[in-house]
Amino acid sequence: MASTAQSLSNQVLDLATPLPLDGGQSLDGVRIAYETCGTLNPDKSNAILICHALTGDQYVASSHPITGKPGWWARMVGPGKPIDTGRFYVICANVLGSCMGSTGPASAAADGQPYGMRFPVITIRDMVRAQIALLDTLGIAQLHAVVGGSMGGMQALSLAANFPDRAAAALAIASTARHSAQNIAFHEVGRQAIMADPKWQGGDYYASGTSPDAGLAVARMAAHITYLSEEGMHEKFGRRLQDRSAKTFGFDADFQVESYLRHQGLSFTDRFDANSYLYITRAMDYFDLAEEHGGRLADAFAKTTARVCLVSFDTDWLYPTAESRGIAHALNAAGAPVSFVELSAPYGHDSFLLDVPALDRVVEGFLGA
Amino acid sequence: MSNLRPDLAVIAANVAPGARVLDVGCGDGALMAALRDGKQADARGMELDPHNVAMCVARGLSVIQGDADVDLSFYPDASFDYAILSQTLQTTKRPDLVLDELLRIGRRAFVSFPNFAHWRVRLSLLWGGRMPVTRLLPVAWYETPNIHHVTIDDFRSLLDTRGVKVEEAWFLTGDKRISAAAANFRAEHAVFLLSR
Repeated sequence: MASTAQSLSNQVLDLATPLPLDGGQSLDGVRIAYETCGTLNPDKSNAILICHALTGDQYVASSHPITGKPGWWARMVGPGKPIDTGRFYVICANVLGSCMGSTGPASAAADGQPYGMRFPVITIRDMVRAQIALLDTLGIAQLHAVVGGSMGGMQALSLAANFPDRAAAALAIASTARHSAQNIAFHEVGRQAIMADPKWQGGDYYASGTSPDAGLAVARMAAHITYLSEEGMHEKFGRRLQDRSAKTFGFDADFQVESYLRHQGLSFTDRFDANSYLYITRAMDYFDLAEEHGGRLADAFAKTTARVCLVSFDTDWLYPTAESRGIAHALNAAGAPVSFVELSAPYGHDSFLLDVPALDRVVEGFLGA
Repeated sequence: MSNLRPDLAVIAANVAPGARVLDVGCGDGALMAALRDGKQADARGMELDPHNVAMCVARGLSVIQGDADVDLSFYPDASFDYAILSQTLQTTKRPDLVLDELLRIGRRAFVSFPNFAHWRVRLSLLWGGRMPVTRLLPVAWYETPNIHHVTIDDFRSLLDTRGVKVEEAWFLTGDKRISAAAANFRAEHAVFLLSR
């Protein structure tokens, strides 16, 4: 991806002060690109912050400026939808480290050149600090709710734990309180694919007019497998062949599933920066909410007064139900009002983005209460 | 609270206002909602069936999907004023251990269950020679969730061996309260308020 992302977002905030980071450094000149929908009420009590996932962006309900596709959660967010923008003021910001207008490795450092690998390693909590800075600027003392799926759920949990007075409710869908060895392993495959691409050039590829698209595509293909369920994949593709009646006895994409994955990988490179992928997956791998709070997850929520709702899906093997249940138990131990439900849906981890009517009911009911 | 199931109405009427309550096997949240709205209780729930949990969350209730036999161990000691187990005891794998957990988590516990020694059940077994299918036990033996049928006298004897104190007990036939006299024979339903 070699576009100038800064021109993409309708709204940007330039932080006046450096953003402190978990790594010990601080980051100057942080820019946060965000979108809003709905109207903030006079006492600023109807704001919902939606946190996006790894490769998501701020275009939660408005069409994407590069792909032209509808917002990634347009089925959930809008007038009369479960997250009703007729009632709530919805904010969604591109996370720190990403590439859709917020500061990330593709942004210019103080010397005017892109950061590349000079960008500091960031954490989920650092992303949340940037979200809080945005809320401060918007004058929102307490959110009605913070909501997110997958990595967005990690941010919602981190916000509820680390900034307990900033949200009255937190909803984490298909998420986890820490990355498992298997989660880290899949991410490492993706990172190594990027770094093995000669066009990566140590991360300093921005001026070369080329980018490690092949590596990034493989990273996306590997990750995409983890977002689907075996059952869902089998149903969608089976062993069916792609535009041919017989195997070619070669290495072309004979199978539909191969063709699909190649397409997913390739189209991803049009909209995502390879270095951002490295940094954000690293932030997810570093995420361990219990570790941040002395090793006991209940202690992370000791000051949490927010209502919390956790939703998992029975076919999600990336962040399986046991993760959400463990968080629910920790919140119970901390005395926080918590709800937890495992919903049945065939789409694996991606279920949170897809048509699951039971999820709509839970989201609407939890936020409306 | 008038639309509550009779045993739930008894419990709802006898929970102290503003109490912290855990409803184990809370179903669709009817009792929790009544306690929240009528008693300003801080009510939490646990429920096995995901559809029911989703319904509870949609009502604004804090309910976690869980199994009384497994997930009660994650609650801290004495974290609730009341732990409630309505019509669920007879469905658990180990009712004795679940009872211990209720009284560990709650300072007091409400337990309600259908009485298997009610005369209609006895007659059905005596004359029919078949496992009873009655109004309160409407499901055939092979598919009933009630895997540990219990009578009022059985329950009292369990309480004795576990050193559990009965603070109060209510006996019901249909929607009506009846006296404690010969309750093991006459009551379809029992509600106990227990403490250690």
